[in-house]
Amino acid sequence: MNPEPLILTFKLASLTTLILFGLALPIAYWLAYSKFRGRVLVEAVIGMPLVLPPSVLGFYLLLAFSPSHFFGAWVEELFGLRLIFSFPGLVVASVIYSLPFMVYPLQAGLQALPGSLREASYTLGKSAWTTFFKILLPNCKSAILTALVLTFAHTVGEFGVVLMIGGNIPGVTKVASVAIYNEVEALNYSAANQYALVLFVITFAILLLVYLLNHRLRVRYSA
Amino acid sequence: MRTATGAVELDVAMRIEAGAITVLTGPSGAGKTTLLRLLAGLVKPQSGRIAFGEDVWLDTGKYIFQSPQQRKIGLVFQDYALFPHLTVRQNLTFALKKGEDPRRVDELLHEVELTQLADQKPHQLSGGQKQRVALARALVQSPRLLLLDEPLSALDRSMRYRLQGYLASLHQRYQLTVVLVTHDLAEIFRLADHVVELDEGKITRQGTPQEVFASSYPLAEGPTLYGEVLTCVVEGDQALVQALIDQRIHALRLPASRAVDLLPGCSFLLHYTMDTPSVEVIR
Repeated sequence: MNPEPLILTFKLASLTTLILFGLALPIAYWLAYSKFRGRVLVEAVIGMPLVLPPSVLGFYLLLAFSPSHFFGAWVEELFGLRLIFSFPGLVVASVIYSLPFMVYPLQAGLQALPGSLREASYTLGKSAWTTFFKILLPNCKSAILTALVLTFAHTVGEFGVVLMIGGNIPGVTKVASVAIYNEVEALNYSAANQYALVLFVITFAILLLVYLLNHRLRVRYSA
Repeated sequence: MRTATGAVELDVAMRIEAGAITVLTGPSGAGKTTLLRLLAGLVKPQSGRIAFGEDVWLDTGKYIFQSPQQRKIGLVFQDYALFPHLTVRQNLTFALKKGEDPRRVDELLHEVELTQLADQKPHQLSGGQKQRVALARALVQSPRLLLLDEPLSALDRSMRYRLQGYLASLHQRYQLTVVLVTHDLAEIFRLADHVVELDEGKITRQGTPQEVFASSYPLAEGPTLYGEVLTCVVEGDQALVQALIDQRIHALRLPASRAVDLLPGCSFLLHYTMDTPSVEVIR
């Protein structure tokens, strides 16, 4: 079994999770506390990848990323990056595709905290920044863990979007889920089985770990 | 000081005496907590003005609004709002400014007798202990104004009495200006210098506790005691009332005609005159 697709999958998932965490924190904060009416619209847009068929999203991204489109051309000119059929393109697409999996749990975690925690910190003279990092985030550990893992797992499971904009270039865009599809197409069932089994075991282990940790966090704070 | 806000319109003009304990009281929904939150800067009114001495905290006409951080206040929340992930000591240390002497924390912990529990997390504490932590934490920054939102309402009677003691002694020791929201008449009589009664966003009565709650009755010479009825048994034309006065159970013998309103649970003022005590039900 060539480990390259598996390594690529986990590289993509780790990178996506990392970028999304940084990106989703301010969005989740804004969604949780803003009183702005247009908030609902933003919430709906972020949630689109949950319901949209991956091929639809992949199709639009394919159009947008293509060098003949102004966005694709702009990125290529500014950063010298071709987003289509490339690894950076996959990362950008994954960030968009997994956005709700990071934003929603974080938002829910923040909203579940009693409002008085934030207000207490303000009356103690602490800035919104300090309050967020020292008070709010440490008290939604369980939500953070859920968000990280869901995003990671969702990116590992990506297939349609990758196929549409990444294609099937070994070592560049051929991730494990695509590799399985290829092996099956080639009637190479044992290779497909190996990839599938590795993905199955690893994702199951991650989820198990998360539920264990979450259970512990809940026990610790529920007294 | 003038404030006004939506939903139930709050329209209040009042003065808070420096170094005194001012109590806000009145039925639920009267706007007590909103008024407190306006003072803290946690809500903005549609229009109004709040000044603390020379310092203008809010003036909607001049677009002045100081954030809670700028006002240097202490606020004790009804749900205590202790930070669950921090120990008692860390909850207090968090309130310190950068480079401030941490001995202030030890001093306050000692003051509310929590030194023993300094390394416990909030969920390991009882209600009364949590309340003391919240009180101490609010005092770390030596606030110019201490706001208390029904701080003792969730506690049982004896604990409430003890905490009122803490509050009174801290008030004396640090010369605090305090605004306290409470329903509890015993608390009002024990702590308040000035009472402001609100109803539907407006001030209905204000003055000393005596003036507000006993003004309808001609004050007799001699002491007045506040009590709560525990039982009332009528035997012929006499009634035997067992009441809680100053945390002790007392039996009062009254003419039955006077005891008609003394149902268990209601509060009264007991006026001693030279000949007979008279009892006035106030809530």
